[in-house]
Order: sequence, then structure tokens, then C-alpha cells
Amino acid sequence: MKTLLILGAGTGGTMMASHLRKKLPGNEWNIRIIDRALDHYYQPGFLFMPFGIYSEKDVYRPMGRVIPKGVEYTEAEVDRVDADANRVLLKNGNAAGYDILIVATGVHPEPEQVEGMAGPDWRKNIHEFYTFEGAKALAARLKSWKGGRLVVHVCEMPIKCPVAPLEFCFLADAWLTQHGLRDKTDISYVTPLSGAFTKPVASGILGRLLGEKRISVVHDFAIARVDPEDHRMVSWDEKEVTYDLLVTVPPNMGDPMIERSGLGDEMNFVPTDKHTLQSKAHKNIFVIGDATDVPTSKAGSVAHFECEVLTENILGHIRGEELTAHFDGHANCFIESGHGKGFLLDFNYDQEPLTGTFPFPVVGPMKLLSESRLNHLGKMAFKWIYWNVLLPGLPIPFVGHKMSMAGKNLPSKAA
Amino acid sequence: MPTKIFAGTPVDTDDEGYLVNHAQWNKDVAAALAAEEGITLTDSHWKILDFIDKDFKERGAVPGMRRMNKIGNIATKDLYSLFPDGPIKKAAKISGYPKPASCV
Repeated sequence: MKTLLILGAGTGGTMMASHLRKKLPGNEWNIRIIDRALDHYYQPGFLFMPFGIYSEKDVYRPMGRVIPKGVEYTEAEVDRVDADANRVLLKNGNAAGYDILIVATGVHPEPEQVEGMAGPDWRKNIHEFYTFEGAKALAARLKSWKGGRLVVHVCEMPIKCPVAPLEFCFLADAWLTQHGLRDKTDISYVTPLSGAFTKPVASGILGRLLGEKRISVVHDFAIARVDPEDHRMVSWDEKEVTYDLLVTVPPNMGDPMIERSGLGDEMNFVPTDKHTLQSKAHKNIFVIGDATDVPTSKAGSVAHFECEVLTENILGHIRGEELTAHFDGHANCFIESGHGKGFLLDFNYDQEPLTGTFPFPVVGPMKLLSESRLNHLGKMAFKWIYWNVLLPGLPIPFVGHKMSMAGKNLPSKAA
Repeated sequence: MPTKIFAGTPVDTDDEGYLVNHAQWNKDVAAALAAEEGITLTDSHWKILDFIDKDFKERGAVPGMRRMNKIGNIATKDLYSLFPDGPIKKAAKISGYPKPASCV
């Protein structure tokens, strides 16, 4: 009996277990997942919790309901991977051997990386919404909001779901308007980038939308420290932004276990072949989702598309063949823009997000990079799709892992 | 594609002034690129430029801030004082390498 071991029972790890359990004979392959969590979280739902759109119960399920049948789940903390010995050492003193390892340990916000951020203002006037606890605390904080300076902030790139802080701005604008607090609140979006977003077409469109919603943008702000006494952020070039409520995205780093294992780069991401998703250092280690260093968005949709490629490549690896399935960096993200509308982005390593229709030319029905009610409904429907289609490893019709140019406007016609 | 004359040598750049062909780069070109940014290169600048050069040749990418800190042993405050207003972009340009890519 051989063992395929998956570290991490988040989106990527759970989907891989579902896909591979269907493909690998049960009498030949034991599939095992190790994670320290008791529950599985629908992370896109964290964005909605501060505004009361989702409750706590909407965003998690006990791990037992999510792990596929025929897959062994071990709740434990990993100390490190001993790649030379093909085994994983656990903090409880046990060890787990493997023939193939999938690293799916994701990224985590680390406010301690910024001087003063995790100090006395943390979870009081400084919040984040990338964790369940953070989203819950921010929901409670917003209940007592009477107006003032609301600063939405990104510390550094890359971050998980790079559009989420923009969505937070749009949803905050809508929520404050509904609660009669918009005219009493200044909203700023503070980013280390030179514009609202990384890529030109999307940056122009989203930047204009921020302007229309009276959200000011402070760009090229590289945070050096937070001064919690005076409620201000200071950049490395001594610019200052003051806040009454700071909603920040702390630096995102890979799991410290990656560093302890000697498997990572300076951000604790695993150097990974961006097409095959095989670790660059070890042929029997594969990496999926946010744990990789591949140059695309850190988002659940990316992990979903990667799953199809990785399943093919692991089966090829088991047969002793060359890895032929290639990932193109495909990402597909809904952006909530408030008041029941949303955007949709579709892009890959080579192609920036463009305007157009998705998945079909002209008829769509989704619109790329422009606001529509259907895009919003797509985002809200995604929670059901996540639990019932993605995690069990079922295909989404018409949306494959390879990005299609059908329906996309070329840059000269875009915007 | 714009061509500029640096230190008497024609050099191809992109629209933002980054070298397109690193083979056209040398220390005199670096000094001329730095002068365009209002920077006079010192040994401290060269410590950073040399690290970028070494790292790019190993990995094919301009190192980010954390890599400069952790692997290059270069403090962020030094980067900002030596290459003000966007040190990674400026140092990449003076090193003759492309503008650092930002993933979506």
C-alpha cells in the first residue's frame, strides 16, 4: 500500500483529495490529509461577515462533513517535512511517511511583520478580515462605528485574493450609505501599488469606480510602522496616514512549517514549476494554491484550476511518465462592488484581465470588468457551488482550467 | 523601442526606461541610469546592485524587499535612503534588469 499525503485541508488540499480518491485504487493508495483545524472555512465569505451579509454559520463546516469518503483525516500540527526521508514529523511526536506529498498549506496574515501593527491597537482600531476571528471582530467593531477616518490598507504584495480589499471598500461604501454614516466617514484606500490594481486595464476601471464612490486612493505607500498611540501609519519614506479604523491586509506569508522544512523562499512559499506544479526541489512533492510561488493570483479559483492539472500530473508521475499537463495561471474572480452589483475578472499568466463577456462571446451571461447584477448573483451563488461542486471535485460546466480568449475585448477595444 | 545613448553606447530601453537587453549594460551605463534618477552611485549602492545582479542570474527575477532583507542582508531603511521613491524599481532599472513584475 502506498501513501499520498496532503498537508492542509483548505480549498486546494480538500479538492485534491476528492479528485485523487476517484482516480487512485483504494487497495493500492492510502490518501491521508493532515491539518490542525477542526473546521473547514469558506474563506470568500469572510468579506461578507463584517457587513452582516453572512453570519458565522455561513462560512464553516465541521471537517468531518468536508473530507471525502475513503480519505483519512489527521488533526495535528506539522513540525516539518523531512523530504530526504519521505516523511513528515508532527508536533505530537508522531511521524507520517509518504510516497507522494502534496503541500497545500496556504498563506496566513502576519501582522507581527509590521512594527507596531500587532500592538495595543490590534483588534481595537486595527482589524483584518482574512481570518474567521478577524472578520468576527471587525463585524463587532463596525456595529459601534459612528463615522470618522476609515482606512482600507494593503501592507505588501502578494496577498490572498488581491481584489478583496477593493471589494471591502465598495461594500463599506454601500453599508455606510445604508446606515446613514457615509457622509460622516472618509474612506481611503492605501496601497503599495502605483494604482488601484496591478494590471493597467483593471486598474483604470477599478480606480475610476473608487473615485465615483468618493474613496480616495493613496498609492505607492510602503508601510514601515504603525504608531498605535497616535493611530497613524508611517511609510518608509516618512509619509503618514492617520486612521480611526484601520482595516489592513497584513503581510501574507506561507506556513512557518515550510521554513522549518527548508522547502521555502523568503516568503515561505515553495518554489514550484509554474506549469506542472511539481516542487522544483523534489520530484515526489507537488504544491497547490497559495503555498506555491507561481506568479498568479492567490485565490480559490486558481487552486480549483490547478487541481485539474495537478491530478493529471500526479497520475502521470505514478505511471513514471513525463508531466504533460500545463497550468496557464488561470484565475477567475468575482468582485463585489456594492448595492447588489459585481464585476468579474478572468486572466492568466500572460493575459491581464480584460473587458468582454464570460464564458461565451456576446451572450455571456457574465460581464467581464463591468458592473452587473448577474455578476453579483454569480458571486452569491458561489457559496453553494463551493460546498457542493468544488470541494467534492465535480466539474463546473464550460469553465476549464485553460483560460479562453473567447468573448474578451483586446486591450485597444477595452475600457 | 527607444534607444538612448549612455556613456557613448546606444542602449535599447522599454517605454519606462528599463533596459531591454542586459548584454548592453555595464558599470558606466549603470552610472548614467543612476544619474537620470538623481543618484550618484557609491559602494553602498553597489552592494545592492551586485546582489540584484547575482540573484537575477540565479533565479531570473528581480528580488523583492523581503528577499533583499533576508537573503541579501540589506535593510529596508537603507534601500529607501539609497534609492528614494520606489527602491526596488529604481535599483532594478539601474541594474539593467526589467521592471519587477507584480502578479494580480
